[in-house]
Amino acid sequence: MKGNEALAEGAIIAGCRGFFGYPITPSSEIAEYMARKLPGLGGVFFQAESELAAINMVYGGSSTGKRVMTASSGPGISLKQEGISFIAEAELPCLIVNVSRGGPGLGGIQPSQADYFQATRGGGHGDYRLIVLAPSGAQEMMDYTIEAFDLADRYRTPVMIMAEGTLGNIMEPIIVRKPEEKSYDKSWAITGCKGRKPNIINTLHLSSEVLEERNRHLAAKYKLIEQNEKRAETFLTEDADIIVVAFGLMARIVKKSVMEARKKGIKAGLIRPITLWPFPDEHFKKAAETVRLILSVEINMGQMIEDIRLSVNGKVPVEFYGRIGFTPNPEEITKQLLLLAEREGF
Amino acid sequence: MKTVFKKPESLTDAKFHYCPGCTHGIVHRLMAECMDELNIRESTIGICPVGCSVLAYDYFNCDMLEAAHGRAPAIAAAIKRLMPDRTLFTYQGDGDLASIGMGEIVHASVRGEKITVIFINNTVYGMTGGQMAPTTLLGQVTTTSPYGRSKDNEGYPAKMAELLAQNEGSAYICRTAVNNPSNVIKTKKAIKKALQTQIKGVGFSMVEVLSTCPTNWGLSPLDSMKWLEDNMIPYYPLGELKVKEDK
Repeated sequence: MKGNEALAEGAIIAGCRGFFGYPITPSSEIAEYMARKLPGLGGVFFQAESELAAINMVYGGSSTGKRVMTASSGPGISLKQEGISFIAEAELPCLIVNVSRGGPGLGGIQPSQADYFQATRGGGHGDYRLIVLAPSGAQEMMDYTIEAFDLADRYRTPVMIMAEGTLGNIMEPIIVRKPEEKSYDKSWAITGCKGRKPNIINTLHLSSEVLEERNRHLAAKYKLIEQNEKRAETFLTEDADIIVVAFGLMARIVKKSVMEARKKGIKAGLIRPITLWPFPDEHFKKAAETVRLILSVEINMGQMIEDIRLSVNGKVPVEFYGRIGFTPNPEEITKQLLLLAEREGF
Repeated sequence: MKTVFKKPESLTDAKFHYCPGCTHGIVHRLMAECMDELNIRESTIGICPVGCSVLAYDYFNCDMLEAAHGRAPAIAAAIKRLMPDRTLFTYQGDGDLASIGMGEIVHASVRGEKITVIFINNTVYGMTGGQMAPTTLLGQVTTTSPYGRSKDNEGYPAKMAELLAQNEGSAYICRTAVNNPSNVIKTKKAIKKALQTQIKGVGFSMVEVLSTCPTNWGLSPLDSMKWLEDNMIPYYPLGELKVKEDK
């Protein structure tokens, strides 16, 4: 299956019955898949007039308690930020997918990881965070999507899947796993007040006390997510002198370079953050005890490197290698590792 | 003793925060009376705007959601599609609907979304302090058109009812006013008809209600009613602009 289709099928398996979107390359196959499948499943596929309308349809859709989603790419995700801020404050579960491309501006449709800051810092106005999952292949496009809906319901928060454009188009075999059915309390949903008091979904807090209380409540929830949900994959890190950090498909490419470097006698390893937020800082704190150098490889001009530096807190030098418009290939990363090892005398 | 007048069940006990002479209260009550009479309070979901009526979620005794500025029709459309047997209404002012939300309202109408829109046109941004709206009349002085709105500088006022009436998806479009008892009764009839149009599944419905803003107009409540009649009704003529009976 194509990555975008695996993601869409994952959403259907997870019980998503509302898709609200606007066409944009390289995410459009998700909308097209949902347009074909959802009507036959009693679901709603709705092509919105704009990205703004699409995210507000997600706001409305998730307020009914049903599982809903949208998918877009950089310029569209920028337009959606207003709505995402409202959804985060209203504590509505939903999935937002960014099949990301190069920016800034209209940028280009080449795969990119340049929306890392936007995704991991909230993105819109106010104090909030999104849980951000970064799959590295078509199978994970499906599996993480299924999991994203559960995380969204568990914490009543929007979850983002961030996948560089290549992951949307990659064609790989998929094993479909049926998730265990979980039920969540959705007594907050607006469905008509028959037999109960009216429910209100609102993000306006005119009183200073209530505004602060709401922000403290959200902050406590984000703290809990940080405690429970940090995830990373490690590869050959135990004895490593140099650790490469990469996420998404980039991490799979780096794995090859790490193996090549090992063949040449360099003790290289890989840490692949799976949750971009919460950032898996413990993995880095641990690595900082033994490792001599960290190299962040990103398809941007250096964004995740800031989180790595915060995590190691000056204990280890952190260097950067990145490109945009191109995805670095295994040979050029291996070359970087050889250059660094020679310079440092590893 | 026989009860001759009471608060509609579709309004809560909360006190309105509106300024003296503001007509939001009248329209809230009319909407609530219609919900009572059609027995739809428990199946209705209302979407409030950003503007003076942002707190409408405190006043309507049904499930309510507070939208981002201008986005209420998109939200209502999504909920209606997911739950087609519910009644959806949006309650929006002129800044919300005709300015920042122009895209959402036009497309909801074009597509024929089965929702009902109550559009309060009082020619100014009320909550932010009387700035020019798309519906501000030519010559009208506001805080952001201090020399009076001119066709050459600020451009012409938007006629939303006429604009939306031409769309195939619009099933019921009516403009009313609440400046005298007769027009208040006509407004209630229009709101009821709009809701019935939605319930019958015919298409998009909107009632544009010409309203007053004494605070930002700098007029007494009574003078405001007269100003509405003398200035607004000639430019925004009252009456039904679109009535589609069948699906």
